Amino acid sequence: MTAHPDSAVEIAAGFPDPVLDSQAAFRAILDAMAHPGRIATVGMQLSPPAPLAPASLACVLSLCDHETPLWLDDAASSLAASFRFHCGAPLVGAPDRAAFALCCGPLPALAGFGQGTAEYPEHSTTVICQVSALGDGVPMTLRGPGIDGGQQLSVAGLPDDFSAQWAANGALFPQGVDVILTQGQRLVALPRSVKIEPEVGTCMSQ
Amino acid sequence: MNAPTSAKSLAMPAETKSAETKPAEAKPRQEAGYNYAYLDEQTKRSIRRALLKAVAIPGYQVPFGSREMPMPYGWGTGGVQVTASVLGPDDTLKVIDQGADDTTNAVSIRRFFAKTAGVKTTTRTEEASVIQTRHRIPETPLKAGQIVVFQVPIPEPLRWLEASEAETRKMHALEEYGVMHVKLYEDVARFGRISVAYDYPVKVDGRYIMRPSPIPKFDNPKLDRSPALMLFGAGREQRIYAVPPYTEVRSLDFEDHPFEVESWPRCCALCGAKDSFLDEIIVDDQGGRQFVCSDTDYCEARRAAGHRGPA
Repeated sequence: MTAHPDSAVEIAAGFPDPVLDSQAAFRAILDAMAHPGRIATVGMQLSPPAPLAPASLACVLSLCDHETPLWLDDAASSLAASFRFHCGAPLVGAPDRAAFALCCGPLPALAGFGQGTAEYPEHSTTVICQVSALGDGVPMTLRGPGIDGGQQLSVAGLPDDFSAQWAANGALFPQGVDVILTQGQRLVALPRSVKIEPEVGTCMSQ
Repeated sequence: MNAPTSAKSLAMPAETKSAETKPAEAKPRQEAGYNYAYLDEQTKRSIRRALLKAVAIPGYQVPFGSREMPMPYGWGTGGVQVTASVLGPDDTLKVIDQGADDTTNAVSIRRFFAKTAGVKTTTRTEEASVIQTRHRIPETPLKAGQIVVFQVPIPEPLRWLEASEAETRKMHALEEYGVMHVKLYEDVARFGRISVAYDYPVKVDGRYIMRPSPIPKFDNPKLDRSPALMLFGAGREQRIYAVPPYTEVRSLDFEDHPFEVESWPRCCALCGAKDSFLDEIIVDDQGGRQFVCSDTDYCEARRAAGHRGPA
């Protein structure tokens, strides 16, 4: 889909119903953010070109516009024209300048994104990260606001040191990034307030 | 007119209410000429982004670009903008003002969204998916999946103690809340107790001090670890904040002066409830008065179940 100067630029189709689909996608994201680790589904018909997942496209279309600098990783860069067309979001090269970041490839270091400031912690990057599986893979237990006790979550496709990175992100609270993990039409939110405990039993067995 | 009849006409208009406030009514048609839920899409997106940040940082006030709404400041412009950004066609909306479904403010906001968003409206707490409220939390326990939108006049808990926004922002950043404890201590020193009856300051998830909006302190315990998502919108002051479900919300107090809610020797004159927040209403020109539930839906449901008060 990389645009050759002579070829027409291919634009991914947006929401079939921009108003109501934006609302539905936002409610799925809000529900996920209010219940960290719980898998939410975006129901509307979206068929974005590879490597983009429908849930990732729904996040960008419902949240990004000219006010939100957007950072795309290399794997997602082929979609730049689509996001320019639908959202008008300024694309930035430095991840720490972005309000939203979209990672279709491996998740870069969280510390490289905007962390906000102590007085304006909301000026941090929301990282939308595609993973290979939700509900399958490395098990973890989440605790924190939005969770009654503990929430089990399994994710495949995160970096090996994600738990350590997340602990470092949590130590910055109220600064730090929020992460939305997507796979197909499903998404899970990890707000900065949530704590991740690796599943006991795997490393503690004799 | 004798006193009890008059009191009933004040507190029980739900029985004579017009079609648009009847519970579980048919879905109204959306008015043409407006975008869905009145606000334009770009405004909704910016409010939605602020809401997500607010949920991620419980109790922190996120600035947002508040818009002019077709109602005056102080009538819930912040709450209306939050509701408009959240509401969808599958929602059922309840609006209360001081606990009542039938006051001017509640009726006009409910009609506003029935017209501009075509949503179903209800007065029953347990049927609603979104509840916009001014100054009360319903007595009926909230459920998981419900969203409560609070109308907030002044979001900054430290504002009467420190006038400068730059200073209060720094105090929140540094978690420097000594001045609030001094204020509460001065209450204890002068009155023998903490004399805050409403808008009682709370600490959310052990980090940010937050104004719960002018709910009576009677309602503060309902905020703590509630299964519902609580969103707060202050239109004039341009702030949005939130309490996610199951989040600790602690009312500030001292070990030797623990937080406690008021109790009354009376029960509701209409339904006999002893556990609800009571309004004192004047029922005639001779100074006659009664105490009735402030939550009209709760009172009505109890009376429908056969409970009767002394009146």
